[in-house]
Amino acid sequence: MNAPAAETMRALPKKKWKSPIGKETLPGYIFISPWLIGFLLLTAWPIGQSLYLSFTEYSMLSAPQWIGTANYERMWSDATFWKSLRVTFTFVLFAVPLRLAFSLLVAMLLNRAMRGMNLYRTLIYFPSLIGGSVAVAALWRNMFGVDGYINSILGFFGIPGMGWISHPDTALYTLILLNTWQFGSTMVIFLAGLKQIPTELYEAASVDGAGPVRKFFNVTLPMLSPVMFFNLVLTVINSFQMFTAAFIITKGGPVQSTYMYALFLYEKAFKHYQMGYASALAWVLLAIVGILTAINFLASKYWVFYENEGGGKR
Amino acid sequence: MRIRASSVLNHAFMIAFSFIMIYPVIWWIGASLKKTEELRLPTIWPEVPIWENYTKGWEFSANYTFGHFFANTLLMEVGNVVGGVLTAAVVAFGFARLNFPLRGFWFSLMMLTLMLPGQVTIVPQYILYNTFGFVDSYVPLVLPHFFGGGAFFIFLLVQFIRGIPRDLDEAAKIDGASIYGIFGRIIFPLIKPALVTVGIFTFIWSWDDFFSQMLYLSSVDKFTVGLALRMFIDQFEVQWGQLLAMSLLSIVPSVLIFFFAQKHFVEGIATTGLKG
Repeated sequence: MNAPAAETMRALPKKKWKSPIGKETLPGYIFISPWLIGFLLLTAWPIGQSLYLSFTEYSMLSAPQWIGTANYERMWSDATFWKSLRVTFTFVLFAVPLRLAFSLLVAMLLNRAMRGMNLYRTLIYFPSLIGGSVAVAALWRNMFGVDGYINSILGFFGIPGMGWISHPDTALYTLILLNTWQFGSTMVIFLAGLKQIPTELYEAASVDGAGPVRKFFNVTLPMLSPVMFFNLVLTVINSFQMFTAAFIITKGGPVQSTYMYALFLYEKAFKHYQMGYASALAWVLLAIVGILTAINFLASKYWVFYENEGGGKR
Repeated sequence: MRIRASSVLNHAFMIAFSFIMIYPVIWWIGASLKKTEELRLPTIWPEVPIWENYTKGWEFSANYTFGHFFANTLLMEVGNVVGGVLTAAVVAFGFARLNFPLRGFWFSLMMLTLMLPGQVTIVPQYILYNTFGFVDSYVPLVLPHFFGGGAFFIFLLVQFIRGIPRDLDEAAKIDGASIYGIFGRIIFPLIKPALVTVGIFTFIWSWDDFFSQMLYLSSVDKFTVGLALRMFIDQFEVQWGQLLAMSLLSIVPSVLIFFFAQKHFVEGIATTGLKG
């Protein structure tokens, strides 16, 4: 604070204006206003609008037409809806546990004191760095294609290859594999959590004669459970919204075997311009994700251990 | 002697594991230097590396070089990073240090938006931008970053600011600093390491945010690198060598940023006391 400004502040009589709502109210709202405005404009209002649109027929050309629950009823008999739902649930069922387990494994590998760990960390994190970009989609499509690298390796060992991406039985699993290879921020959050477990706990466990396996189950897992919970909730939610890889690598095919829910919704909205139906689909997605998240929160009471509660795990 | 042996084993394992993880990338680099006929061979490196994939791929489109698309994307990134870093810092300070009615309510609401699937808001958002004539411009891509940069970053910074002793604020207050002074002169300089993290993540995530780019940009002149690559994939006959070469180039900016600020990635998160 420069001198003149400071003087002005002192010169002002104190208690000039005493507000009943606290003197930090106005600055508080000024500081959070960027988020608040964005929230109202780009989140709150669109949510309401989306709910309204889900009860209408709307192509963006003419005004929305109220059609009641017709959009929701339409889903019941829409085979594509059920197909995309099944594909998405299969994806989530495999992708979430695999990604969590692999991330935790990698985080534990990287959490050891070892020479050259920075280099290992960089190399192992590298695939995640490329992200869900078009670039990696191109890489994947080529590697798992009929003439791709995977097949030529298999051919070298005399195993007949196949079009991993062009075959409906395997296409989804190449996407699951991609999702695991790019563990990304899930691992970083595990690593941060591991670094905060006090080493005394491990020392105490050693004194009590615990081996590495017991240490993992009795120290690492309970201490890491809040982080595990955080990762579980977000990974489930994100997996339901999987889009880019399915859109670029497989385009939902072959025979809709990778037709993820988000892809279905996108095509309804921005290819067929059925904004009303797409909004209804979005609300069904929200309901599914909401129910699963609620279950996660309820279940967390039984396995998430919070240190500062003082009590033990129940 | 046992320690030695286990250490060698450890390193052997880490090297093997790193190698498996990075292997597709090594193949990728090799493939980008291969001739088309060589691409289907199981070799990892071309017999004679050629640069043709890069030179031809760079000019694959009749009207634009990849330089144009890189410039577009970087321009968008400047807006995103500046907007995200500045407003996230401002909002986080408000939540972390100031007392105002409904603070807890707004904060919980913000954390809830982290769990909101984007599909729920995307249709009305698109209609909104369309109404104001912002479709096919960078506004829908950049503007959201000026609204606090995203709940995740605000949360990250709030955690970080809470770790700064309040004594510093009190001392500044006694010296006559206003709330704005405390923010600008005390807190903002102190959270720079966390802001670097926010900047890096913003850069990489918006570089990869293919969905919004595809949704809002339709004229080739405004295409980002990601969209240009998609155009490449959708060609009648894909030139895989060129596509892989350009894909590789497209990740260079993110990789450079990552290497220059590597330490911040983990430390930035580790120091926020993220523990649930």
